[in-house]
Amino acid sequence: MSSKQHTERGRIRVTGFDPEQVRQRDPLSDWTEESGGETEGRFERAWKRFKRNRSALIGLFVVGVLTLLAVFARPISVMGMTVQPFSLAPYDPTTIMYMNPDSSAGVYDSPTLSHPMGTDGDGRDLFSRLLYGGRYSISIGFIVVGLSATFGLVYGAISGYYGGWTDEILMRIVDTVYAFPGLILALIIVATLGGGYWQLVAAFAIPGWITYARLIRGEVLTIKENEYVMAAKALGARDRSVIFKHIVPNAMPPLIVYGTLNIGTVVIGVAALGFLGLGMPPGTAEWGTMLDQTRETLIQGPGGSIPWWATVFPGGAIFLFVMAMNMIGDGVNDAFDAQETGIEGQGGG
Amino acid sequence: MSLRRFILKRLLSIVPILFGVSVITFGLVHLTPGDPISQMTAMNPHMTAADEAQMRSRYGLDGPVWEQYLTWMGNVLTGDFGEVISSGQDVSSVILARLPETIVLGLFGWVFGLVIAIPTGIYAAVNKDQFADTVSRFVALSGISIPNFWLGLMLILIGALWLEIWTVLPPSRLPLYHPQMLFYLILPGITIGTAAAASIMRVMRTSMAEELNKEYVTAARAKGLPERQVILKHVLRNSLISVVTLAATLTASIVAGSVVVEVVFNWPGLGREFIEAINQREINLIMAITLFTGVFIVLANLLADILYAVLDPRIRYE
Repeated sequence: MSSKQHTERGRIRVTGFDPEQVRQRDPLSDWTEESGGETEGRFERAWKRFKRNRSALIGLFVVGVLTLLAVFARPISVMGMTVQPFSLAPYDPTTIMYMNPDSSAGVYDSPTLSHPMGTDGDGRDLFSRLLYGGRYSISIGFIVVGLSATFGLVYGAISGYYGGWTDEILMRIVDTVYAFPGLILALIIVATLGGGYWQLVAAFAIPGWITYARLIRGEVLTIKENEYVMAAKALGARDRSVIFKHIVPNAMPPLIVYGTLNIGTVVIGVAALGFLGLGMPPGTAEWGTMLDQTRETLIQGPGGSIPWWATVFPGGAIFLFVMAMNMIGDGVNDAFDAQETGIEGQGGG
Repeated sequence: MSLRRFILKRLLSIVPILFGVSVITFGLVHLTPGDPISQMTAMNPHMTAADEAQMRSRYGLDGPVWEQYLTWMGNVLTGDFGEVISSGQDVSSVILARLPETIVLGLFGWVFGLVIAIPTGIYAAVNKDQFADTVSRFVALSGISIPNFWLGLMLILIGALWLEIWTVLPPSRLPLYHPQMLFYLILPGITIGTAAAASIMRVMRTSMAEELNKEYVTAARAKGLPERQVILKHVLRNSLISVVTLAATLTASIVAGSVVVEVVFNWPGLGREFIEAINQREINLIMAITLFTGVFIVLANLLADILYAVLDPRIRYE
């Protein structure tokens, strides 16, 4: 029986095909109506993957806790108004516990119940200083990354989008700054401007933007070849809106990944300058500056017992924060990476 | 493009960068509000304005900035970096005296990094997503996150103060090439090499795992090569290319690391000299070391590029 006999008016009739069966069958791909819809962008999908990544969540938790501890360590007042009245730190970070010039009582006290992390070389409560010290490192880290990412984004986008001579000149400048390790430039800038909070921000933001600029430029070079960019231009969109509405949002994932990892690098850098005695003024409860003081004691040997707590705890705080930040960064990387390569996220290890 | 043309092209392209490096070096230092002369004047009330002017002209600190730059650049090109203002020593002789210390330390760090990272990276990639891999990922992440100065302090605390294996400082009269110095290199070497080891390990694992999925690996296995040979001869060679790209970045981080680590261990290298120069505002010395660092890293980048082109000929045609 040939099928021709069954066809009417030239149509091919297919037999033995049940559309219901196809609908009920397992789909061959992960594609569903919902995931294909424009309601869920790559950022939402990345966030879904990120939420399943255990180590990234631990990192997020640790960063959150350390930040909260720093905020609530001592009351904050802005222009005479107390904005934040809580005080988790038992002592003022600058208060010297025992003011007795004749004895060294209170200097390098080992951890006890009243001083859970002991006291430092000037007899100040280490635990309080540690909580308070987070304010410098953490806030500088976020501010520097915010500033350098913003500047690098605009710079790199312009360079990549316009190309030609603009690109050539802008990238030569980047290559030149790239020849110096960030820490060396930061050292010279701090030596020039002097130590202090905003000087540190400048010291790390000024050399910091170049990696963002390179990253974004590379992304823009690929993205601008896409048809939707051509379409936007054909519709008469201005350069500015093509760059910032159509290109930049698609170039964001590597920027976000690098930015997250960069916070840790900046925090280490700030602490390193503090440790070299070039960051905050001596005696500030900044994690790196605190280590500077103990180095001298370690090298000379305090005579008798070793005040290990004055070294272990401040450095441990930096390590903990940076480690947590890097765990988040890895998680963000996996979350974006997975959707690009189509490999399902397995949760972090 | 032949390899020779590629190298020539890259060599030409670093000329403007080297020029930029010198401008940045000079510019950054000359933004400093107080040069040593004004510091001396402030400390010494007997110095008259005429004395100050004389001092300035002696050290080339008078005249407009661009003129100072040209004079400085001209001197630098003939190998004259000026003198250390406080001691009158030649800057170049100070640098030459300190440089070997830093090179030895940096090399030790590099070797430590490679020796630790490559076998671990291979092992982690071969056992991907198993327990050993998870552990090595965690260790690598810690290695990247640990501040090098703290690691150094902890090593001193444990190795020198608790276990008392090392003395905190090496005996100062020991010359650098004395065999016993190898022992004193261990702690600073580990400190400076840890971050590099961790980065290499991560890159090694990722690129190796990627290579292992490729078809030539299946082909090599299918023709009956022992697994050991597949990995060490075929896969390793290809994954090492990505380590070479990383090498330039890591050299920069080792150079920066040497500044901090030399201070921690009182190692008499260029890095510690740099910090001392900054504290004493010895601008000639600051400029010379900064310029030296910049040029060194530009050359390291160039070398990595060339090596990359040799290893992977596709690069030359891009």
